[in-house]
Amino acid sequence: MRIAVFITCWGDALFPGTGKAMVRLLERLGHEVTFEPAQTCCGQMHWTTGYRPEAISLARRFAEVFRDHELIVTPSASCAATVRTAYPRMDPALAGLRVYELTELLVDILGVTDVGASYPHRVTYHPTCHSVRALGLGDRPLRLLRAVRGLELAGLPAADECCGFGGAFAIKNADTSVAMVADKIAHIHETGADIVCATDDSCLAHIGGALSRLRSGVRAVHIAEILASEEGAGERAAAGTGGVPGRIAERMTRRVRRSEAR
Amino acid sequence: MRFADAARPELADPSSRRTRRQAATRARARQAEATAGLPDWERLREAGAAIRDRTLRDLGAHLEALEASVTEEGGRVHWARDAAEARRIISRLLPGDTEAGLVRSDVTDEIGLEGGNAGPHTRAAVVGARFLVAETGTLVVTDPGESLTFPGTVVVVAGIEDTVPTWSDLEVLLQLLPRSEAGRRMHPAVSTRTGDLQLVLLDNGRTRALADETGRAALRCIHCSACRDVCPVYERTGARPYGPGRAGPIGAVLTPQLGGVEASLGASLPFASTLCGACADVCPVKIDIPGLLVHLRGEVVESRRRRPVPTPELLLMRGLAWSMGDERRYEQTLVRRARWAGLLARDGRIRRLPGLLGKWTDARDLPVPPRQSFRAWWRRRP
Repeated sequence: MRIAVFITCWGDALFPGTGKAMVRLLERLGHEVTFEPAQTCCGQMHWTTGYRPEAISLARRFAEVFRDHELIVTPSASCAATVRTAYPRMDPALAGLRVYELTELLVDILGVTDVGASYPHRVTYHPTCHSVRALGLGDRPLRLLRAVRGLELAGLPAADECCGFGGAFAIKNADTSVAMVADKIAHIHETGADIVCATDDSCLAHIGGALSRLRSGVRAVHIAEILASEEGAGERAAAGTGGVPGRIAERMTRRVRRSEAR
Repeated sequence: MRFADAARPELADPSSRRTRRQAATRARARQAEATAGLPDWERLREAGAAIRDRTLRDLGAHLEALEASVTEEGGRVHWARDAAEARRIISRLLPGDTEAGLVRSDVTDEIGLEGGNAGPHTRAAVVGARFLVAETGTLVVTDPGESLTFPGTVVVVAGIEDTVPTWSDLEVLLQLLPRSEAGRRMHPAVSTRTGDLQLVLLDNGRTRALADETGRAALRCIHCSACRDVCPVYERTGARPYGPGRAGPIGAVLTPQLGGVEASLGASLPFASTLCGACADVCPVKIDIPGLLVHLRGEVVESRRRRPVPTPELLLMRGLAWSMGDERRYEQTLVRRARWAGLLARDGRIRRLPGLLGKWTDARDLPVPPRQSFRAWWRRRP
């Protein structure tokens, strides 16, 4: 299938590893991935912070950029939810864009739960608010994770409770935001997991940022990275993505894969 | 005071946080149990929302009907524009040293009434109404209603939106309310009184809220507290930072709606939420609280745009929107940001950021953005 990726502004700038993993995964599954270079931001940040005219013009721009695409995928439940639920409120003409969150695309549209991934770690999954309440992803991400080789899935207590990110909330109400993530982290520790994963890099930046500040030893990883991991790639994932070792390893894997294809 | 500032001491108080956490856990479990056992809970919520919308759309007519019924039954309706006027009316109705018992409600709190229970010495009662049935002029409370059987004066206080057109509407709302309020299938007692009521109907900003077609939905509220019980923000901060009005998510909507978004509390309340959506999921009359908060955030920002000197946030958000409006500008921003981030990074993380963003790094690291953005990587792909 031909799938257009929406990388999100947050992902493009801060977490390009997530977008790369998503591309790798979809190509491995035999799909053609396209990237519209004119894409920037869906407008969520402006919309939820109260900057309506700015948000609406970014939304119109988004609709224009993706106008000719049947199938759009993004590694963010909150960006997908913005396009699907906030756009029609901004302007009824913006309704109907087919933007899917990655796990939703995999399970509902592409019909796969076993994506051939291998990830030998103890992992817990935090269902982000927009993935649960705005998109209703249910157990789709968990079904995908359960099919990953070597992955030991640990259930997260009080999983459905917000991590405290909330966009502008993390800044405007920083103290309450941190109080919330402190409780989330306590629950993550209860699971004994080495990795916490989710469908949104925004929430993960918040959880992961607090985990990192505390030197907790637990890492926050986007679910796309886990689903894209293959046998022997575990070390690379553990070394961190996007850094220099990650990039070298990535190039090497690609070279190996190409020679295998020959 | 801003919500964030008022929240700080509450966050630092371990015993009240523990109490609230335990209360929240119990309330959530009770609520889930009371609604899960009801196969048509969703249909009931739809019906409740429709009744409240219909009532609010024609509120003027329902209020006239209410006044006519109350008067016919020998009572009287007093219209209060604001809290001060309501208090004046009440003190006129209960002159001098009349000792009156108080049955409190959100509205009696709103106008700042204080007082004890009705005892053997009290000769009057001030009752916060749960609902008022317009077709018969009946007061409804959800307690055994000892104060309603008073031979003396019964002063009833209610918001204009607490009106219910008919008894069959009330039947639906009385199925929703106990489940959402206390996780019970029904109230242990519901009492009514028709006739001989001195009814004080309070506006206090409600007509203004009604005039806003989007914001109006907040007045569907039937005062159940379910949104507060599930709210992760309220669980951490408690009621105090929400100010003198209602607490929890619905308070974050109603207080700015009723009092305006110019003062610091009203301007900060719409942002006192992560928009997690837990409140909207449990609201018995399906108020889209996160949607209303976003709507009010828009009002706050609009009122700030009118200031002669732009706020730093406005400049930042405008600048971002400008750079995101064009992919070349956007990419330049990415490159510039990566360069700055490289300078600020220590050991692969950013631990301190200047200005507004310092609020993030007070307690959280930020990963160093890689030199190569996604789009740059895509271009170089073989």
